[in-house]
Amino acid sequence: MPSSTPQKIPVTVLTGYLGAGKTTLLNRILSENHGKKYAVIVNEFGEIGIDNDLIIGADEEVFEMNNGCICCTVRGDLVRILDGLMKRKGKFDAIIVETTGLADPAPVAQTFFVDEDVQKNARLDAVVTVADAKWLSDRLKDAPEAKNQIAFADVIVLNKTDLVSKAELTEVEARIRGINPYAKLHRTERCKVKLSDVLERGAFDLDRILDIEPDFLEAGQDHDQHDHEHHDHGHHHGHDGHGHGHGGLKHYHDEEMQSLALRTDKPLDPTKFMPWLQNLVASEGQKILRSKGILAFSDDDDRYVFQGVHMMLEGDHQRKWKEGEPRESRLVFIGRELPEQIIRDGFESCITS
Amino acid sequence: MSDFEPGDQASIASVTDRVRPVAIGAAVTAIHFLGDRAAFVGAEESVALVDGEGDISRVTVHGGGILCTASDGARIAMGGDDGKLAELNSKGEVAVLATDPKRRWIDNVALHPDGAVAWSAGKTAFVRSGRSEDKTFDMPSTVGGLAFAPKGLRVAVAHYNGVTLWFPNMAAHPEFLEWAGSHLGVVFSPDNKFLVTTMHEPALHGWRLADNRHMRMSGYPGRVKSMSWSAGGKSLATSGADAVIVWPFASKDGPMGKEPAMLAPLQARVTVVACHPKQDILAAGYSDGTILMVRLEDGAEILVRRNGTAEVAALAWNAKGTLLAFAAEDGEAGLLPL
Repeated sequence: MPSSTPQKIPVTVLTGYLGAGKTTLLNRILSENHGKKYAVIVNEFGEIGIDNDLIIGADEEVFEMNNGCICCTVRGDLVRILDGLMKRKGKFDAIIVETTGLADPAPVAQTFFVDEDVQKNARLDAVVTVADAKWLSDRLKDAPEAKNQIAFADVIVLNKTDLVSKAELTEVEARIRGINPYAKLHRTERCKVKLSDVLERGAFDLDRILDIEPDFLEAGQDHDQHDHEHHDHGHHHGHDGHGHGHGGLKHYHDEEMQSLALRTDKPLDPTKFMPWLQNLVASEGQKILRSKGILAFSDDDDRYVFQGVHMMLEGDHQRKWKEGEPRESRLVFIGRELPEQIIRDGFESCITS
Repeated sequence: MSDFEPGDQASIASVTDRVRPVAIGAAVTAIHFLGDRAAFVGAEESVALVDGEGDISRVTVHGGGILCTASDGARIAMGGDDGKLAELNSKGEVAVLATDPKRRWIDNVALHPDGAVAWSAGKTAFVRSGRSEDKTFDMPSTVGGLAFAPKGLRVAVAHYNGVTLWFPNMAAHPEFLEWAGSHLGVVFSPDNKFLVTTMHEPALHGWRLADNRHMRMSGYPGRVKSMSWSAGGKSLATSGADAVIVWPFASKDGPMGKEPAMLAPLQARVTVVACHPKQDILAAGYSDGTILMVRLEDGAEILVRRNGTAEVAALAWNAKGTLLAFAAEDGEAGLLPL
């Protein structure tokens, strides 16, 4: 793994709306016998019922960087706590950062892009979002934070599935997929998920950046969906989403938050693509929550991978294209009111003719 | 890249053969002198006291990480992630000064020459002076740094968007010096005329205390983590660039409208600076392990330690200025008698 630095400590960011089950998952991570030691940064001390000198209370202090970029916010408390934790390097294997239910995940993620010291010692492993199967659909309508948390996620733990019917489950999964088709989704009761499915995922690792293949498979496993199709249409009439069937699959298009996938098998011109991408995130970065891509440039035998949070990007040559591997460029943007046509046209103009 | 040494440094006077190596064997984050002994403060749990002969005795001070230190030459105060504020005196005796009831991290500590001590946990700053009860003050955000003014009982508390000047023994309202951003470290000039903070972004910010005029000191490629006043307080040496950046403070305007001096440039980042207590000389440590002594007047350099090792983590002079102690991040350390 050439571009990952093994001594960097992996950090998992745990988000989820109030009551979704973050604390349940944390307690499981801390009490299960997995032979690993986690340092945990929590926002509400005392909720964790386990005595561990590596549980640290944080204050979620977000501040703007003085660089003229209004969405360039970082978690100052996290910078300080990670710096302090590094003094005890070797005493723990990984770090988990729990955010409050109402938090926007962007400042946490951006802290790992902006801060030199944080970058030196730690790497963002994945954003894991715990969602409540019973209430998420409602929260997506009335709580912008909940929508952000879904849009940001690399892994979604859809919890409390025992409290909903199969139809309701299909419905909420379709809503999640309408916002973020790329996250790994796990259905759970009481957050019973294999810890290897949420921890040390390497989702932010440029080496394993993606499959940029929508993860629709799980939603497609339900076969009793047609029965409820009609009901769905009626029920959501006049709301901010609409559902329609595709041979057993259900798709929702969230009118506010979308994902956009771009793909070409023709090489990209790096002298056009890089300035275009940088300009795009500079001008539309407030709308773009996450971006990721694998790129094939003209006259370049290396795969180039990048990822971004709002206006911040990081990218690197990853490895040689393999013999016989299709040299295809794939990009994904997840964001709010994305200017789809402008992005598509801009991308087209970077393809070598 | 450890092979540029002959061409680059052959012409520099060297005292590397006079250094007495000290094997601390664990990460060091700060050094203070207690009398004739150098105290190498570890990242965790203990302090190694090293005498002039190089004999090491270890003292356990915390049950975890040591987050902050301050010294007045007679004692070292240290805050830990075990929620304790501890003190080590020159006899090697440890006392616990305070324990946070919620076991919060003790993030910052400062000592006043008259014996007062200030510390912080989260947003709360504490001061203990003389016989009176501890005073506490809640800041609007987490405390980034603490410093006592050289005169009177006044504490500068750095936090988000500025510095609060707190007078713990007076009912008067604290003064607030505003500047947007996160302020992490704070120092008064020895003449009490200026206040300077290190910021989260790669810059310093300063205020002239007579009229609160702002001084912006920016242009660093990296965050400034080490500041040191020269003997007499005429200039402030700082880390954060690939040269020692020295700001002039001799005139009443301080560095306003002036360029800093850039001394001892290398192909490595300056990580720590320590000015000599009596003469216009400073010691600078770099990210590639190099340590130089530099004359402030003309930038003349003397090599103390070669490059090619771990980043220099700490430097300190004894009070007389006859001994320089240093330590790298990996625990390799040394003493240089002058």
